[in-house]
Amino acid sequence: MKLMHLQRTMARAVMQPLTSSERMQRRAPDGSPMKRYASRFIKPNDRLTSFERLEIYNRQYWFRVLSALGEDFSGLRAVLGQRRFDEMSKAYLIANPSRSFTMRNLGSKMELWLRKNPKWAGKNQALALDIVRLEWAEVEAFDGKTEAALQAEDIASAAGAAGGKWKLKLQPYVRLLSFSYPVDDLLLEVRKEDADTDFASNTFTERRKRKRVRAMAKLKPAQIFLAVHRIDNSVYFRRLEREDFSILTGLQQGKTIGAAVESAMRKNALPSEEWPGKVQTCFQTWAALGWFCRPQKKSAAG
Amino acid sequence: MAANRFNGFTDLGIGIGLRAPHYHHILTRKPVVDWFEIISENFMIDGGRPLQILDQILEQYKVVQHGVSMYFGSAEKLNREHLRRLKELVKRTKTPWLSDHLCWGSVDGRYTHDLLPMPYTFEAAKITAQKVREVQDFLEIPIAVENVSSYAEYHDSEMAEWEFLNEVVERADCGILLDVNNIYVSSQNHNFNPFDYVNSVPAHRVAQIHIAGHSKYRKYILDTHDHPVIDPVWKLYERAVQRAGHTATLLEWDDSIPSFQEVHDEALKANKFLSATVLAETA
Repeated sequence: MKLMHLQRTMARAVMQPLTSSERMQRRAPDGSPMKRYASRFIKPNDRLTSFERLEIYNRQYWFRVLSALGEDFSGLRAVLGQRRFDEMSKAYLIANPSRSFTMRNLGSKMELWLRKNPKWAGKNQALALDIVRLEWAEVEAFDGKTEAALQAEDIASAAGAAGGKWKLKLQPYVRLLSFSYPVDDLLLEVRKEDADTDFASNTFTERRKRKRVRAMAKLKPAQIFLAVHRIDNSVYFRRLEREDFSILTGLQQGKTIGAAVESAMRKNALPSEEWPGKVQTCFQTWAALGWFCRPQKKSAAG
Repeated sequence: MAANRFNGFTDLGIGIGLRAPHYHHILTRKPVVDWFEIISENFMIDGGRPLQILDQILEQYKVVQHGVSMYFGSAEKLNREHLRRLKELVKRTKTPWLSDHLCWGSVDGRYTHDLLPMPYTFEAAKITAQKVREVQDFLEIPIAVENVSSYAEYHDSEMAEWEFLNEVVERADCGILLDVNNIYVSSQNHNFNPFDYVNSVPAHRVAQIHIAGHSKYRKYILDTHDHPVIDPVWKLYERAVQRAGHTATLLEWDDSIPSFQEVHDEALKANKFLSATVLAETA
């Protein structure tokens, strides 16, 4: 068997989902009995059949990828419930096997996939999408690039000299998101409960799960705006006012400071006399958080 | 003998794997450790805490990179994005050599994130060696390939595992990261004498040695890196350093990780065997 053919044959079996009792399926990907499929390329030994030897890799694969996905989406698991989340994860990974050398990227398509497959979240689809977006933003904010931060005085002098036509860039690790639910509070609560559960008895855990399900059901929609960012390389969520979100989004889209503020003013009903003070305070705060960096100069060729 | 062209002519001593539960201890207590091995993929990122920690470690310690997803043995082409990011990290760490596994794990662009065993064929040896050479040329540092633990063997194999290893390293002209725990695990799973393996490896190519613990099940042994090193593995280690000399040695402990001190103490048990090699060389 040529190397490529052998590797394709084995990978298809290794990546085929396990049964509900977490064993290798009796049928191979090509429909033949798995015993026959495995024995075509794997030798048995005095203790294990070809099937059993292949099964070790099949189980390792699924335990590994499901565990990695579960770590990245503990909030989604809380929204869907453990059993549904497990089933959904398998379906997701069948549709989206890893195409990266790092498992860090395993959940990169979760939002898009969940949007196309609403049956998994059912009536909680909007909440599920919100929490997935937040959890993926957290992954990206965790290891996003940092560039040299601009101080408030640098921004004030440069912006003043340029008459508001100066552009500012947000740090690559800052993610700006709007949500239909207060998912930041929800995720922090889930994480707290998960940490506490490590020390809890089974009965206590079951009670917690029921409490969590009730909490999800009661969660009321409320539009919020968030920046997912880092302080001292730890990831934080910061609530933003609607106007702040508009300005920052404008800057992230490449608008000048003046254009970003004007656009925000048009979209938001804040009295015009309140804008100068608000803008000054906001920019000072964001600069203190280290969110701004110098935009890259365009080359002469454009 | 142990400082050779496959480990950048270094003689690093005994190291341990750099793992997150130990970060605080290492950065605050600054324990004396000969060197740390990092999993390259954990640091092939754009920024954030992992790189901040790495930079702090690099200020104090020697660091060697060990990868888990180059998949020298995959029949498909090398992942250029992987190589680009790896080279950036190599520049950052100034690792004297770089290791990854003699295995495959991806096909048609899909990754299993596992270390799958090779068929020991001449075709596979040729393809694997070619890829090792490409990586070595691109990264411009010595490469050492590590033997993996395996749980399956193929009908297609034309030679023993150690013969395949020798075939690859000779064709690629690269080093070996000899994992004596993996040799032990595979020997139990496939019924061969692990000393035949250790005695067959070209000692002059051994850049580094791995030691670790594993888990024993009823019908097979799994390489879990969650226990101390057992005596039969220390005996293999002893034989390996008798042949290869005072070689950079690293203890892997990746699951159920105990305190830093416990891991380091376990690693330092290797001193007994390394000291004997020094005595033998000076006698």
